[in-house]
Amino acid sequence: MPPLTRWYIKSALVYLAAALLLALVLALPQAAQLPSFIRYLNPAYFHLFLVGWVTQMIFGVIYWMFPIITRARPRGNEQIGWASYILLNAGLLLRVVGEPLNATRPEAAYGWLLVASALLQWLAAVCFVYLAWPRIKEKYRGE
Amino acid sequence: MPSLTRWYIRAAFIYLLLGFTVGALLLINKGIQLFPSLWRWLPVHIEFLLYGWVMQLTLGMAFWILPRYWQKPRRPKESYARAAFVLLNLGLWLVVAQAVLPVGRWALVAGKGLELGAVFCFALHAWRRIVSRQGP
Repeated sequence: MPPLTRWYIKSALVYLAAALLLALVLALPQAAQLPSFIRYLNPAYFHLFLVGWVTQMIFGVIYWMFPIITRARPRGNEQIGWASYILLNAGLLLRVVGEPLNATRPEAAYGWLLVASALLQWLAAVCFVYLAWPRIKEKYRGE
Repeated sequence: MPSLTRWYIRAAFIYLLLGFTVGALLLINKGIQLFPSLWRWLPVHIEFLLYGWVMQLTLGMAFWILPRYWQKPRRPKESYARAAFVLLNLGLWLVVAQAVLPVGRWALVAGKGLELGAVFCFALHAWRRIVSRQGP
């Protein structure tokens, strides 16, 4: 298992735990007197689960198991893979921080955190598809 | 990787890009209020990513890696898995059309019906491949 896949899968597991922890907190009754920003974290919960856990796990397994391109460069440009990993995680964490900040203080310029988060995650997907597309093939034939 | 899996996975990657593009626009809109009407596209974002990306990739991978038969055809009833691919994508676009075009609720019902049909077709293909080394 290549190092990038190990990072993807370990991160995915951390996000799964974080998403379920957040779900637990969101499920607490009103009487629990939670800080006000917590109730704005519902979209963050969905995205921790579906981007942080599901998509990241898929990326890691695809990077590991899809047919190789060549023996010399089996998984393509590894740096693009790392860029995708960093962009995806930076974008997702920025959203988790930015969403409640933007919701509780809309007069401040925290909305730009969401803009940055959106662009980082979009770039991560573009990088990953660019990296993995040539590996959607029958099998490595030794060329 | 068989030909049909390549179709499933290429389509899944395209939906990943479409879903992330719509999602990025929605998130940007949340941050700096570009077009309030953009929120109509939230069901499209969800449809592209849950059905177009996750479900389609899962079906494509299952078609590839579930145990194959010793005799040909190694993957039996492949036409059902092909039908599932067509039905899933037709259904998905009908659901998307209902969200953003003035086509009426029938498109949503028909779209979800086709997606359900895709699941049945794929199950008809895959059911007998879900076995251990000792058999069903």
